[in-house]
Amino acid sequence: MQKVYIAGYGLTKVGEHWDKSLETLMAESALKALDYTGLSRVDEICVSNVYGEVLQEQLVLGSVLAEELGVSGVPAVRVEAGAASGAAAIRYAVNAIQSGITNVVLVCGGEKLTDGTQEESLSLLSMDERYEVAGEIGSHFFSTAALLYRMYMRRYDVKQDGIASFSVISHENASTVQHAQYPFKIGLENVLNSPYVAEPLHRLETTAQADGAAALVLCSENIARKLDSPKVLVSGIHLATDFPNPFDREDPLHIQSLAASTSSLLSMRGISRGEVSFIELFDAASILAALSLESSGFIPRGKSGEAAMSGRLSLNGELPINTFGGLKARGHPVGATPIYQVAEAYLQLTRQAGKNQLDNVRFGLVESLAGFGSSSVSILLEEV
Amino acid sequence: MFVIRIPRYWRSKGFRYRLEGYRCEKCGHFHHSPRLVCRKCGSRSIRRDRLSQTGRLISYTVVKSSTPLFEQYVPYVVGVVKMVDGSLVVGQVTDCDPEELREDMQVEVTLRKIRVDGENKLIQYGYKFRPVIE
Ligand SMILES: [Zn+2]
Repeated sequence: MQKVYIAGYGLTKVGEHWDKSLETLMAESALKALDYTGLSRVDEICVSNVYGEVLQEQLVLGSVLAEELGVSGVPAVRVEAGAASGAAAIRYAVNAIQSGITNVVLVCGGEKLTDGTQEESLSLLSMDERYEVAGEIGSHFFSTAALLYRMYMRRYDVKQDGIASFSVISHENASTVQHAQYPFKIGLENVLNSPYVAEPLHRLETTAQADGAAALVLCSENIARKLDSPKVLVSGIHLATDFPNPFDREDPLHIQSLAASTSSLLSMRGISRGEVSFIELFDAASILAALSLESSGFIPRGKSGEAAMSGRLSLNGELPINTFGGLKARGHPVGATPIYQVAEAYLQLTRQAGKNQLDNVRFGLVESLAGFGSSSVSILLEEV
Repeated sequence: MFVIRIPRYWRSKGFRYRLEGYRCEKCGHFHHSPRLVCRKCGSRSIRRDRLSQTGRLISYTVVKSSTPLFEQYVPYVVGVVKMVDGSLVVGQVTDCDPEELREDMQVEVTLRKIRVDGENKLIQYGYKFRPVIE
């Protein structure tokens, strides 16, 4: 099996890009990634976008991006796995390179949620659960998160402060990040005083509408040797699925798909959880940060809030998370989000993280979720 | 999503009106929608069945921000109810002030108006939960 490397990245700022179309944003990030690696052509393009056929009434985004980049003719497709689409697109690229059928794949994720209203965005986010028993009865992504949040606090007998602290960490880390949607700090009292979206979940424990695009160049070892840009090894990528609605599962507070994807990823590489230098996780709502850490075995159940408040998960802690602000503060342009996560892990492992640079990084773990883990993808990246 | 597709809505009426779904004859697992295969054990032996009419509220939330279809109804309560067979059902909770809600309270199924579709004036009915008066 061929080894797979990340040899370049390109990011746009996450925010409200009223003046730019989805395809322009994607082309912008893709060109940055190509220029960074010094390539003008790739063997394949894989696009990740979730809501294009609804908000932009556009399909065939693979062909659209190839046209935008002036490389029409190359194989190009779009991959969908809800909010984990970006990670599924990376997996497509990794598989293609590992198999030896291709050498260089451009993976580009883009989303433009501000083409719709805020209420529409909430509806779209909720499509990662089965519609008839969620969206259709007035339940949505954040109300499901709120139901889990209340169950969590009751089961483990914890107050809200700990879980709400995940937003404080994210904003702290994003405060020095140029591409972040919300590059400023907030305090715990700001989070707890913000209005409820669905009690007990506050506005500042959720993500907001965002536009953004991110791209990566993935390549085989042969190509990696010829390129001058810094590289990171993709040590593994695992995807697992579960019932889309958490209340259909054995334990709604345990994301079994993420437990499975992370465990098999680490055991395939033969490393322990203690060897993971940092985690980019999927905090689309604060409670998901806690459920992710606990389900993937990094923190005992019920103890995530305590860990968040102790400083252990901050940039100078033992297990830093969301080193560029995570979904909460860097932003969540859904189809692009996992690409941002991986690009940020790439920046850490190639010592290009600027003020957010961690010391002694060797293994970076990225965890992406569709909804509440209807699909979970775990990606292990390694310094070369 | 932003509009109601009537045939699709019609297809799910069994669960919506009567909490009628499909139970695996081998392992007993309940599914809210028609299945060819049990999602839990893989058996293909599945029969129509109804959930209990009462259950216990295990979590709830007051929804303040909603999707386009429910904007005119905020705030409203969504809860998770553990039915007699152990299945969890998410649904709106009605006939109750949010302050009166508490975990473990007994609730029963009631058929209510879920919403009126602005586009075609279709009135949508479906199950909600309400407290059992003791
Ligand atoms: Zn079964």
